[in-house]
Amino acid sequence: MEPFLELIKKPDNVPILAILFLIPFFLWLSYKQARQTDRTGVPSDAALNDKVYVWPYLCRNEFICAIIIMLILGVWSIMIDAPLEEPSDPAKTPNPSKAPWYFLALQEMLVYFDPWIAGVVLPGLIIAGLIAIPYIDINPKGKGYYTLKERPFAIGVFCFGFLILWIVLMIVGTFLRGPGWNIFWPWEEWDPHRVVPLTNVNLSYLFGIRDDLTANFFGFAVVAGYFALGPIFYFWKYKSSKFLQQLGLIRYVIVSFLFLSMMALPIKMILRLALNIKYVWVSPWFNI
Amino acid sequence: MNEERKGLKEKITNSDIWKSIFRHGYEDTGRRYTLQVLQNVWLHLHPPRISRHALHFRFTWCMGGITFLMFLVTAVTGVLLMFYYRPTGEYAFLDIQALEFDIPFGMLLRNMHRWAAHGMVISVMLHMFRVFLTGSYKKPREFNWAVGVILLLITFFLSFTGYLLPWDQLAYWAVTVGTNMARATPVLGHEGPFAPTDITQANDVRFALLGGTIVGPSTLLRFYILHCVAVPLVASLLMALHFWRVRKDGGISGPL
Repeated sequence: MEPFLELIKKPDNVPILAILFLIPFFLWLSYKQARQTDRTGVPSDAALNDKVYVWPYLCRNEFICAIIIMLILGVWSIMIDAPLEEPSDPAKTPNPSKAPWYFLALQEMLVYFDPWIAGVVLPGLIIAGLIAIPYIDINPKGKGYYTLKERPFAIGVFCFGFLILWIVLMIVGTFLRGPGWNIFWPWEEWDPHRVVPLTNVNLSYLFGIRDDLTANFFGFAVVAGYFALGPIFYFWKYKSSKFLQQLGLIRYVIVSFLFLSMMALPIKMILRLALNIKYVWVSPWFNI
Repeated sequence: MNEERKGLKEKITNSDIWKSIFRHGYEDTGRRYTLQVLQNVWLHLHPPRISRHALHFRFTWCMGGITFLMFLVTAVTGVLLMFYYRPTGEYAFLDIQALEFDIPFGMLLRNMHRWAAHGMVISVMLHMFRVFLTGSYKKPREFNWAVGVILLLITFFLSFTGYLLPWDQLAYWAVTVGTNMARATPVLGHEGPFAPTDITQANDVRFALLGGTIVGPSTLLRFYILHCVAVPLVASLLMALHFWRVRKDGGISGPL
């Protein structure tokens, strides 16, 4: 219990504690408005579309908001001191070494993927994917108001990525990772000498493949087959789905590639945690 | 007496000096409300009038404005901190200690800078979440969403470069862990896939970022300049673009 309490008390972890309250609050606030929109079929604020003067009405709100935020920041700054540890020492590596809290979801991905995927390719895809959102989401509805019914796929995917893969992994990285980057539950002591059996095997090994070349082709087939799920679904559903016809092939390819790349993280996590899979595809140049 | 005071007031407000500074009166009319915004350099980013729904906290969560406020707080406190801080291996840590123990209100200054930076990371993430949930990135605001994504990255990068400056164990190892990823960049990192054989740890992309093969004094100087000059400059330009596009793309999004 003690290391967990230490983590809670760390000044740099205050933002995460704040997030634990802020996210549920704003989820509730937006859900309430989305439900009202979906029940009545009219955007919840549609009646408030008349114009008012910015001065004084908006400027007053901004001023009050700024005062409240500065008050919170002032109290926070008086009550809690920024951390300062010993002088830096390249010869003294702390265990665990943690990145700043907002990068801990990325550091968490390193458990499941090699650094070039977890640290470079996936972050790159997150950025590219975020920028691509307005261009691949062709649903004209739900612009400027909260709704769930009118865009369930978009909101579902974004919430999964933001809340589960970003926020929850950040919290896991902050509060549950101890020495050796092993999971330590809040009630456990941090044991730097904990022995973790390294029983992970590659997927090809699980299928009885012992030969490197066959394993390479097997891994390639699995990964290619996974990403082929997108096109297969497209040709299977194209005739009957008006949505796919509107979306078009190029947009669909981008959507399915980004979606499958995102889902690769939870899939790899399940494979690792349930089946002790190390790599799906082992090649002479890289491992996935 | 009252008459006299009124006469004096009129004399002042009718003087050439007063009129050269204040271009309009303070009467309670729509015309004055409009001029108040249009003729004020700080307020003219706003339109003179706005949809009533945009006033509500439940719609905007105020997160964009809070992000900008946090940026301003970090800019002001950051400039003050720069007076007391030297970005060298010998002095960086000692200067932070001096800030904490010797300089009046130094600790408060450092606290405000750090917590405002953390606050900015939270508010910018929530701002993005709100903009997504209200579908505000949709036509015609696609490009401004892209600018926002870049600003989100810049916020992370500003926070990350600032994290190194106290030059303590926390800073040193957090940045070491963070920048170790760059080793694995495909082609450009010496441990990444498809790296040519002449890419070593002394000339790869991580070396360019750190100015060395490990985090050292030259990294401190690089991160200091990125943190205090280069990135805030880019951030300011992109913020100007971001706010301008909010206006040009039809103001804050809303139903109808």
